[in-house]
Amino acid sequence: MTDITSEDSRKALCNPTTEAVRNSLSRRNRKQVLLQSFGIAAILFAMGMLFILLGSIISSGYHAFTQTHIQLEVYVDPEEIPADGLPRGGFNDVLAAAMAVHFPGIDLADRVAKRELTSILSNGAQFILRDKVVSDPSLIGQTISLSVPASDPYDQLNKGLVERDTPEQFRRIDDAAIARFDRLKELGMVSAPLNTALITNADSRFPELAGLKGALVGSFWALLVCFLISFPLGIGAAIYLEEFAPKNRYSDLIEININNLAAVPSVVFGLLALAVFIGWFGLPRSAPFVGGLTLALMTMPTIIIATRAALKAVPPSIREAALGVGASKHQVVFGHVLPLAMPGILTGTIIGLAQALGETAPLLLIGMNAFITSAATSPFDSATALPTQIFIWADSPERGFVSRTSAAILVLLMFLVTMNAVAIFLRSKFERKW
Amino acid sequence: MTAVPFIILLLAAIVGYAINIQAARAIRSGGDRLHSLEHFHGLFSLLLVVVPALTLVLIWLALQGSIVDGLVMSSLPSGVLDGLGSGQIQLIGAEIRSIAGGRIFGTPENWKLEAADRLLGYRQASGWLLVTVVTLMSLGLIFFARSKVAAEFRARQGVERITLWLMIFCAVVAIFTTVGIVAALTFETLKFFQRVPVTEFLFGLNWEPQIPIREDQIAAEGAFGAVPVFLGTIVIATVALLIAVPVGLFTAIYLNEFSPTSIRNVVKPILEILAGVPTVVYGFFAILVVAPAIRQFGQSIGVEVASNTALAAGGVMGIMLIPFISSFADDALSAVPRSLRDGALALGATRGEMMLNVLFPAAIPGIVGGILLAVSRAIGETMIVVMAAGLIARMTINPLDSVTAVTVQIVTLLIGDTSFDNPKTLAAFALGMMLFIATLVINVFALRIVRKYREIYD
Amino acid sequence: MFDTPHSAIDERLSDTKIAAKKVQVFYGDTHAIKDVDINIQPRSVTAFIGPSGCGKSTFLRCLNRMNDTIDICRVEGEITIDGEDIYDPKVDPVQLRAKVGMVFQKPNPFPKSIYDNIAYGPRIHGLAKNKAELDEIVSSSLQKAGLWNEAKDRLDEPGTGLSGGQQQRLCIARAIAVNPEVILMDEPCSALDPIATAKVEELIDELRTNYTIVIVTHSMQQAARVSQRTAFFHLGILVEEGLTQDIFTNPQDKRTQDYITGRFG
Repeated sequence: MTDITSEDSRKALCNPTTEAVRNSLSRRNRKQVLLQSFGIAAILFAMGMLFILLGSIISSGYHAFTQTHIQLEVYVDPEEIPADGLPRGGFNDVLAAAMAVHFPGIDLADRVAKRELTSILSNGAQFILRDKVVSDPSLIGQTISLSVPASDPYDQLNKGLVERDTPEQFRRIDDAAIARFDRLKELGMVSAPLNTALITNADSRFPELAGLKGALVGSFWALLVCFLISFPLGIGAAIYLEEFAPKNRYSDLIEININNLAAVPSVVFGLLALAVFIGWFGLPRSAPFVGGLTLALMTMPTIIIATRAALKAVPPSIREAALGVGASKHQVVFGHVLPLAMPGILTGTIIGLAQALGETAPLLLIGMNAFITSAATSPFDSATALPTQIFIWADSPERGFVSRTSAAILVLLMFLVTMNAVAIFLRSKFERKW
Repeated sequence: MTAVPFIILLLAAIVGYAINIQAARAIRSGGDRLHSLEHFHGLFSLLLVVVPALTLVLIWLALQGSIVDGLVMSSLPSGVLDGLGSGQIQLIGAEIRSIAGGRIFGTPENWKLEAADRLLGYRQASGWLLVTVVTLMSLGLIFFARSKVAAEFRARQGVERITLWLMIFCAVVAIFTTVGIVAALTFETLKFFQRVPVTEFLFGLNWEPQIPIREDQIAAEGAFGAVPVFLGTIVIATVALLIAVPVGLFTAIYLNEFSPTSIRNVVKPILEILAGVPTVVYGFFAILVVAPAIRQFGQSIGVEVASNTALAAGGVMGIMLIPFISSFADDALSAVPRSLRDGALALGATRGEMMLNVLFPAAIPGIVGGILLAVSRAIGETMIVVMAAGLIARMTINPLDSVTAVTVQIVTLLIGDTSFDNPKTLAAFALGMMLFIATLVINVFALRIVRKYREIYD
Repeated sequence: MFDTPHSAIDERLSDTKIAAKKVQVFYGDTHAIKDVDINIQPRSVTAFIGPSGCGKSTFLRCLNRMNDTIDICRVEGEITIDGEDIYDPKVDPVQLRAKVGMVFQKPNPFPKSIYDNIAYGPRIHGLAKNKAELDEIVSSSLQKAGLWNEAKDRLDEPGTGLSGGQQQRLCIARAIAVNPEVILMDEPCSALDPIATAKVEELIDELRTNYTIVIVTHSMQQAARVSQRTAFFHLGILVEEGLTQDIFTNPQDKRTQDYITGRFG
């Protein structure tokens, strides 16, 4: 009997909890669902923003991967371009004549009409012709067929970026100009081939001629200098701190210092470079060498931190085994630990270099945003870099530079994706589980 | 020409290595027992040659340019530089260098052509001198290293001592970087404060650094009250954090506790992509998409919005900071021991309650550390604000107004020609000093919190 | 501990609180628990013993579905508490865990005050209507856990500031505060010193008058001291289950005998 009463009393005792839980459960679960939906919303927001970012840049940038060209039959008139006058000559007039063939109503003596006509062609067209004739003077007196880039407004028109139904006064080209261009189109003289000039040309004031060669070369030199400095220095410092340094105040100080350096704003490194490298040491402005030096100082903490992590990941048993057979500490570290840690170190280095490749602010301060129309031949020449070129173009008012900027960003992102892919590949291929 | 000293160095290293190995072998085959293996004798020679000679070559090359330039400029005919400002003198130097490089524009004066010839001559002389010095030095060092080879010579210890010092040097470079930053900023900032009173800079409400370029105008015409600039940075950073902190935290909470592994495996790399996008790209995104969108939205509800608002710059910066905060918060949540999760669940807490009442509070120190680092990033971030924020300093906290920021001013003051005797240039360094101090304090504090927090649960 | 007459024990342990039938647990591809059948009596202490990795903790965690929190873990078979299938999809683990409390190997007080540690369960379940009721629950739980005298003056101090043994009793008090019917204990004394262990064992003995207690332990002496029934697990199999004194004095299975006499484990 006692069992039954205690059973009852126990049930009575426990009911409140079960009851309370049952009553509140749906409310509590709703709260949890709310929390989860906030989380999902946050993730969707972040991913949506990335999607919009990439989408807008791709949709504006892909236009720049083609370039409108005009196909011309040019009679290289010996009267305008005498062989003994090279490299001077009336190249522009020759091009105008080649255009005028197709527009019988236009009188080339009328300077305004002539300018309107040649404005379809890029300002660089005459130099393309000049270079061709200079390299082969026998062309004088012949008719050659020449494909030259169209100027930016017509390039935009051809790509459909100029709305033909906007009122004329809001357009950069008037109805007559559109009619002339359409005539060329009807004649089959307009084409839109792949824009190789985007990679093979250096910068230019004219969007249709501007390319990334100078920036690519500048970034290459800067990154090379950055790698050559930061890689050995970073590894050396990391090995010392991880394997050799006594644990005392000085190594603590170095450690704190490195962690802080990794978080110093990049623009401050620019100020350092400007004051010390350029101001005090008198190194040249705008040089990729100085840029690489600055980037190296910024990349070093990243490499040190990655290297230390990779060294730490090598299990002590390897060290003990090598020490046990009588190897010195140096032999253990350089002969066994370092090779095993190398994949991790390389991964960290590539990621650090990828960051350096996208770094802009310090390069602006040392003048790597100069307007330079030829690619650097050494790291001491003036140059731009990819990110600073993006900055310059983003600042330019011409419409054509909007899509060039996006295209340059796509090129930059392509390099970054490649570098990160290599890093991920290295990590997955050589990663060891101890 | 630049490559020649390096080639000599490489040859010397190989020769030294080979000679010492040969010598060591000879000793061993002579019947003596070597203390160190042969290749340590070789390495000893190699390091002994390369380290000093390479140092010499690098210093030489780094300084050659400015020394040669100095010589050329001081050899110019007297009178041509009289009455010119430092900027114009720099331009003349650049012109002479470009003539020497074969790029001639227009018809330069004769003395410039002569100077360019002299420049080429000096460069050539310096090059030959360097080659000679490097060759002699390498030979000397090779002989010295060779003379050390002996049966009882501790070549291994020698090699290890040299490498140890090389590594210490590498570690110290990090210190030098900090020292360099502090020295450069302090030096230029002090020069600035000699011209503009500290109190005006720190408390002045008017920032108009458009300093006259001509010498006869008075420098004091520009105003250097930095408060509106600081305020602009604070407004933009606040907007950024108001977006990044909630989105980042909710992302981390969801990924850490609720998301299926498959979603986590997709979302985490995508967030890493977001974190890897260079800031200049975010800046362009701000002016291409976000600013026009905000403007259009403002117009549609009848509010006039500036084209370079704090909202656009801060908003895009916030997007940039989302992965930063979410990964820090995710790490902090993961660092909370499993036993606390189990304890809460075993009491009958729902996973949501467990997260909000136990995990999240326990992770707060780590999360706060991460947010502080994000704050330091936000105030130090440059490209987004340079491209998307304004140039004019205004005393306003309205995010729909155009405001400027510390980093914007640093970049705009320093872009283009700079000379170090202009308060405009120096003002940038003073701003940089403020930025450095602020971020340093926040970083030290944040890193300490994060480190303490890790120790609690390790 | 064995001084109660046999018949009395048998009578009191006659009905079943928890019944497990053909329980299987898989961790990914590993078959961690194989075909376990066991009945656990109410208001008594049942000890699970066995060598490390035998599955005793895993099985314990099935009883309040703590294994649900591990993604790769899968439970098959049937476990009922008071005749109700706890793996029924209709059963919310939250509700189950309010009824089946758990104390862990390492004391795991939340980084909150002693008071908030105890009050946490009642708060989330809404067991107290007002502050006075909550105070009452906290003090009675601490009293039941034998911690009241040590803790009453420092209720606002963090629970992590207590000593190891006190922390573990705090965790027991925290579990009691929700008013569960079953308390699972996963090696609750393994992180404690002998004096603290003795106190916790004393507490377990007191608690069994009101709660069904299942304890996993490494120590056979502890099992003998605190439990009425003992189950011996080996390699994921329940080898033998019965009255504690029978298991220790007269094991039926060779493996149990070997383990008890210290041949392995």
